[in-house]
Amino acid sequence: MKTKHLSHVAGLCLVATGAMAETPVLTVYTYDSFNTEWGPGPAVEAAFEATCACDLEFVAAGDGAALLSRVKLEGAGTDADIVLGLDNSLMGDAAESGLFAQSSVQATYDLPVEWTDSTFVPFDWGYFAFVSGAETVAPASLRALADSDLKIVIQDPRSSTPGLGLVMWVKAAYGDEAGTLWADLADNIVTVTPGWSEAYGLFLEGEADAVLSYTTSPAYHLIAEEDASKVAWAFEEGHYMQVEVAAKVATTDQSELADAFLAFMVTDAFQSIIPTTNWMYPAVLPEGGLPEGFETLIAPANALLLDPADAAAAADAAIEEWRAALAQ
Amino acid sequence: MLLIVVGTLVAVGLRANGTNPLATADYLAIRFTITQALVSAFLSVVLAIPVARALARRQFRGRGFLITLLGAPFILPVIVAVLGILAVFGRNGLLNEVLALFGFAKVSIYGFWGVILAHVFFNLPLAVRFLLQGWIDIPAERFRLVASLGASVWRLLEVPMLRAVVPGTFVVIFVMCLTSFAVALTLGGGPRATTVELAIYQAVRFDFDLGKAAVLSVIQFGLCATAAVLAWRVAGARALGAGMDRVVQRWDRGNVAVDTVAMALAFLFLILPLGMVVLRGLPSLFDLPPLVIEAAIRSVIVALVSTALAIGIALAMSIRGGGFMSLVGALPLAASSLVLGTGLFLIVQPFVSPPKIALVVTALLNAVMSLPFVLRVVQPAVVQVEADYGRLADSLGMRGWARMRLLVMPRIKRPLGFAAGLTAALSMGDLGVIALFATDGQATLPLVMYQLMGSYRTGQSAGAALLLLILSLALFWIFDRGGRSDASS
Repeated sequence: MKTKHLSHVAGLCLVATGAMAETPVLTVYTYDSFNTEWGPGPAVEAAFEATCACDLEFVAAGDGAALLSRVKLEGAGTDADIVLGLDNSLMGDAAESGLFAQSSVQATYDLPVEWTDSTFVPFDWGYFAFVSGAETVAPASLRALADSDLKIVIQDPRSSTPGLGLVMWVKAAYGDEAGTLWADLADNIVTVTPGWSEAYGLFLEGEADAVLSYTTSPAYHLIAEEDASKVAWAFEEGHYMQVEVAAKVATTDQSELADAFLAFMVTDAFQSIIPTTNWMYPAVLPEGGLPEGFETLIAPANALLLDPADAAAAADAAIEEWRAALAQ
Repeated sequence: MLLIVVGTLVAVGLRANGTNPLATADYLAIRFTITQALVSAFLSVVLAIPVARALARRQFRGRGFLITLLGAPFILPVIVAVLGILAVFGRNGLLNEVLALFGFAKVSIYGFWGVILAHVFFNLPLAVRFLLQGWIDIPAERFRLVASLGASVWRLLEVPMLRAVVPGTFVVIFVMCLTSFAVALTLGGGPRATTVELAIYQAVRFDFDLGKAAVLSVIQFGLCATAAVLAWRVAGARALGAGMDRVVQRWDRGNVAVDTVAMALAFLFLILPLGMVVLRGLPSLFDLPPLVIEAAIRSVIVALVSTALAIGIALAMSIRGGGFMSLVGALPLAASSLVLGTGLFLIVQPFVSPPKIALVVTALLNAVMSLPFVLRVVQPAVVQVEADYGRLADSLGMRGWARMRLLVMPRIKRPLGFAAGLTAALSMGDLGVIALFATDGQATLPLVMYQLMGSYRTGQSAGAALLLLILSLALFWIFDRGGRSDASS
């Protein structure tokens, strides 16, 4: 139907070349879990296509880090018009690559921090947190965790975004003392996994008391599985944030459509899909507010976030500090 | 083949801007990589000898099942196997529950020995299969001769056979463990257990430092090549001669108790973690979403195409023969699938959009990646046939397809069936390249399984893993069975 309708439009065009007669295609690179049957992808695609007379095509490319590598790999020859799913720890690198264009999106974000970047548009966010069973006595801080006998599973910062998030969390909270904290945490760490899935799987199998994940993880168990047995630990130092962003690729041949998509991204139609598909907080609160169940989540008083450029500059040294402390 | 393995590496190297010197952490990673691979390969092969010998000389009900089961650990996606192992040996596993029952303290699997345990779990069965093939290939006449001489089967037949088969098996496993990364990291307990492959992953995925990735890949190749050359020098030539394909009948009894214990231990070691995989997956096996079923069909097709390709290439290479071919055939083992994928991506990208050919590329790369195993199995058999019957065939003027069909194929049916089964199963379980190339509606079963797991859907993911296990084993069984169709043992 859509094609038929568009061929009429194309027929009216004065310069209806073969290429132009086709429905314009907006290619959005994203991470795997965004574009699964149960992720936000299908609903977002339907909602946007209802407004744009275009074909929105998601291309999944691994996780956030793989996504950036993929675009760098393809360079100027990339098919991507939009890259959706980078985060604050990748932004510094992404900005430096020069592959992304300024956006014109103006929005009032419901983020715990002020958002000033004009290239990357946030679409959701969350706090990193340790998730455990409700019966476990929760430590009150990273320091208390390090001094306890509790066992945790974390992810490797060299291959996983949450893993890198934790390293930046410790860095932001402890600065020069970060190495000491890692040394004290070492005996709490059961193991380090390559990615989030492995760590969460190990935790669910009972291999550890807690796993590094997000404050929103208990919401999944509560809403999707009606299981209220998972909680996130609130830490006194504050919680490091992950802000997920999208940006327009500088070499896009669908510039206007890309702008339209980024503008659409901060509207209710997109934002209301996020909480129960991506299990993160929407960047702009939709009119209906958050779904029932989200009010049970912990709300950290103190949001930690390093400036993306500083974070990118500090990452290598922070990872080396982590490695050295744990390799003892 | 050489083109694919080396070409992709060159492509990655060329895209790099300058070469990064390796950091201390990289040297530590290299050291850890070599140590764990040596220990893993040594233990896998040494432990495999009594098991393979027991399987070779005992007849019992369930023997065929046990042999098929040996294919299972090898083809499981890493994380599935790791979760199975942890359900037995983990903090909350069966072992610790039994220990607690008797008042013992918990043991922790994480660390160097956890990595070794997992690698032995993956590779012991493979070693058993390779060695068992060696035993099967000893002609029946030799056993009769040795029995009539009243001599030692072990000294006269088995030791020479092992000298020919063990070094190659050792190298294959050594190199497999060399390129391991998820197992090493997950069970290794932390950054101490960093392997070269993880460093490559980090360089490609996170740092986008292709120069460093290329340097590390070259190091991996170097280690692999060194191991292959060493194995060659150690390996003895086979001098058992041709037989009449009689059914093997053995007169040496050996120690029944030793054989039984060896088989029982190996069986327990394999079946417990696998059983846990089955238990975890059963509840959701019949409740899988359609996309899992679609992915399963896709995976089976890719596996069949890979198998056809791999067998074709392997036969061609075996007939050409020669040491150079052996080395080339072993190369893909040392290749990081990430570097292969990235290189291939760079090569095809200027010509065609990578997602368009994702499944074709996957089938091709799976075939290439399984070649080392296929060659390991098929090549000695072909060489043997040529050595035994080559001159006769020459004098009869048998050439080309006729020679292949009438002489070679029937005589290598068993290894061929085994190799085809291995390739199909390996291809089913592979996650390497598809993740880099695939887009909508192209995901294979392992990829979908990971995606489910990455979205909190642990139950469905376990169901998908079980489906994967069943399909892989079924493919393996069908091919392997086909090869053994005329055997009475």
